[in-house]
Amino acid sequence: MESKKYLDDISHIKDMMSRSSRFISLSGLSGILAGIYALIGAWFAEKAMKSIAINGSRSYDYFSDANSIEFGNDIIFEFFLIAILVILAAMSTGVILSVRKAKRKNVKLWDTSSKYLVVNFFIPLLTGGLFCLVLLQYNLAGLVAPATLIFYGLACVNASKYTFGDVRYLGLANIIIGLVATQFIGYGLYFWALGFGVFHILYGSLMYSKYDRK
Amino acid sequence: MSIITNINKAFDHRIRLGIMSILMVNEYADFKMLKELLGATDGNLASHAKALEKEEYIKVEKQFIARKPNTRYSITKLGKLAFQKHINALEKLIGK
Repeated sequence: MESKKYLDDISHIKDMMSRSSRFISLSGLSGILAGIYALIGAWFAEKAMKSIAINGSRSYDYFSDANSIEFGNDIIFEFFLIAILVILAAMSTGVILSVRKAKRKNVKLWDTSSKYLVVNFFIPLLTGGLFCLVLLQYNLAGLVAPATLIFYGLACVNASKYTFGDVRYLGLANIIIGLVATQFIGYGLYFWALGFGVFHILYGSLMYSKYDRK
Repeated sequence: MSIITNINKAFDHRIRLGIMSILMVNEYADFKMLKELLGATDGNLASHAKALEKEEYIKVEKQFIARKPNTRYSITKLGKLAFQKHINALEKLIGK
């Protein structure tokens, strides 16, 4: 009877300790690199668009309003490929740098706090990804860029409870420019470059100077 | 019998146990964070925190952040030691 209470106490202590501790192995450097990858991706995407505008049989004005945008399947595929490559590069860099930081600080990388972080980050993100596929299904490609920014922002805000609180501001900034981007359809690529590129670099350098360079 | 004496009465409550556990792994925690994690009411949390403060196991700092009052809790050296002893005692009791 008594020892059951003590056992409960111990598990309560363990639970509180792991739930209240935050994942701190996220490296600022991975934010900077993710931003750079995003900018490189955006550069390739723009080149792809321009080459279609020049070589395509019909003249192509991707700055025009949403109704007249008709992305061909090729360019959507190409964008898709670029996006996947950027995401893969950013994520693997993030994981590698986190592993290194965790080793240096002598903490376990895969614990309760990082599990919470990953799960809570991916709930809005996967929702957003599926939602964007639906947008493409209905030929609303112009809304994909704002939607990705908004959902990514929500993912960051959601994840911020389980890691450095500063991620929250990165998320809020992305939500805001995502909403702004809905009013400038056709300029999606530039908003992407700003949100995923410039914001990540800014955020990463801030984090790097605040937590890593000690 | 000596093990039993190591069980600290000051920690003989879920909320106090929770406060100590959270402060063991965090440099500090503010009132709101403790409240959310422990699911306690304001009055309840405040009175348990006060009891721990009285024992000098935790330290309370009141300050203003952007003109809003903010109460910040952190663990003292004494608190860390006492809690560690408490955990050891618990583990020994279960081990039997």
